[in-house]
Amino acid sequence: MAHGNKNEKVVYVGDSRVRKPGGATIPPDYTSFPGRSEAFIPNFLLKEWMVGCVVLVGFLVLTIAHPAPLGYPANPTNSAFIPIPDWYFLFLYQLLKYPWVSGSYVAWGVVGIPGVAFGSLLLAPFLDTGKERRFYRRPIATALMLLSLVSCYYLTKVSWDFYQHELEITGTIPEHTVREEKAREAAAAGKEPPSATKPAEAVELVDADNAEVKSIMEKAGCLTCHATDLKGQAGANIPALRGVGDLLTKEELAEIITNGKDKMPAFGTDLSAEEIGTLADWLAKQKATE
Amino acid sequence: MFKSVYNWIDERLDVTPLWRDVADHEVPEHVNPAHHFSAFVYCFGGLTFFITVIQILSGMFLTMYYVPDIINAYASVDYLQHKVPFGSIVRGMHHWGASLVIVMMFLHTLRVFFTGSYKAPREMNWVVGMLIFFIMLGLGFTGYLLPWDNKAYFATKVGIQIANSVPYIGEYIKIFLQGGEIVGATTLTRFFAIHVFFLPGALLALLAAHFLMIRKQGIAGPL
Repeated sequence: MAHGNKNEKVVYVGDSRVRKPGGATIPPDYTSFPGRSEAFIPNFLLKEWMVGCVVLVGFLVLTIAHPAPLGYPANPTNSAFIPIPDWYFLFLYQLLKYPWVSGSYVAWGVVGIPGVAFGSLLLAPFLDTGKERRFYRRPIATALMLLSLVSCYYLTKVSWDFYQHELEITGTIPEHTVREEKAREAAAAGKEPPSATKPAEAVELVDADNAEVKSIMEKAGCLTCHATDLKGQAGANIPALRGVGDLLTKEELAEIITNGKDKMPAFGTDLSAEEIGTLADWLAKQKATE
Repeated sequence: MFKSVYNWIDERLDVTPLWRDVADHEVPEHVNPAHHFSAFVYCFGGLTFFITVIQILSGMFLTMYYVPDIINAYASVDYLQHKVPFGSIVRGMHHWGASLVIVMMFLHTLRVFFTGSYKAPREMNWVVGMLIFFIMLGLGFTGYLLPWDNKAYFATKVGIQIANSVPYIGEYIKIFLQGGEIVGATTLTRFFAIHVFFLPGALLALLAAHFLMIRKQGIAGPL
């Protein structure tokens, strides 16, 4: 080109629209900070990438060891599900449970307190305008931040503990855990994992029109929880009674009806031993595989 | 070959100053963990960006399978998780990355706060950083609904109920988020659009501003 050497940079001037570089490539100035400064490219960036690789491998190990949870498909009619937000919203969730920021004072809970907290965080540089940067020379800002941190930790912990307690008293196992367990059991038995998207094939009832059993069930209120079609409520962890004979014997069934199990109340006082016997007998006959 | 291609472009567009501006800067001693191990606290911002990049990439792959409608959303996530090769890893990265990015951002915010780095002349960068924080929380909230399982559905329902209790404008926020009378089909498509287009767009713009300001002003000096 103009200079004969095609690797040499040519700068167009005159009618060219490209700005002539007036020393645009400023040589790095390493004087503003004393001490052992290092060039960003390539020295520091290489080290950063090495740290990045280590972090990435750790992260991959985490994802393989703990697959992302997935429960059962959303069912808006499920009334027994205990809602829980992601962990980093728990402190706000817990705050709104206190009586002085809920009910008729809810404006304080949803706008007042979070507004002041996040607003002052957003505008921190305009509230804390002193020249001093060291945190121990800024007692007010530091104290407020530490107070907020402790409060957030406390609220999160209370909220999480309460959730665990709720799970315990209602005998609920989180759905994604139930699914994982079932998939593991199926894998151990050498079967395909049960599909959550296809409804389980309805097991035919055996001796469906037994009037005596019907009246006992009506008396005890079995259908309220186990559903009128006896398919249970998968979302609320209530088992189906169809096909229950494959899982439990007559004696086990009688035992559960008499003394209850997990969420199920005991019916030993509401039903006579004879009625329990009839019911357990009928349930034991409910087998999918005749 | 590479050099002559570069020169060909550089002659016409003068690109050298663009990247020299980014590349030629010093990393001072007080933020370099190679010199003072305690300086690792200065890495949280970079790690936040690293995880954010992972979130964007894994999210792009997830949308290859995800279907944002109430019939297929769950089924597509289920398929992705259990049938697609490496699907559980990609979804796992996006799921755990969402928590990790909050953790890293939180630590980065605390570092900036306790070293007083938000003070003049860096006020604007702090404000932009806090806006990024809020955007990330929004991404977390909208992303939680997308698998469309019971946990997602009921958490969103409660979240929208809380938004509804905001005085005066609560009703409008609820209608805006839900897109109707209940948490349903329109809510899912809305949350998908917000999660995949609106918030990431805002996030990228704010990140650009964040990085431009740190380049212009340089990192805060030693205490």
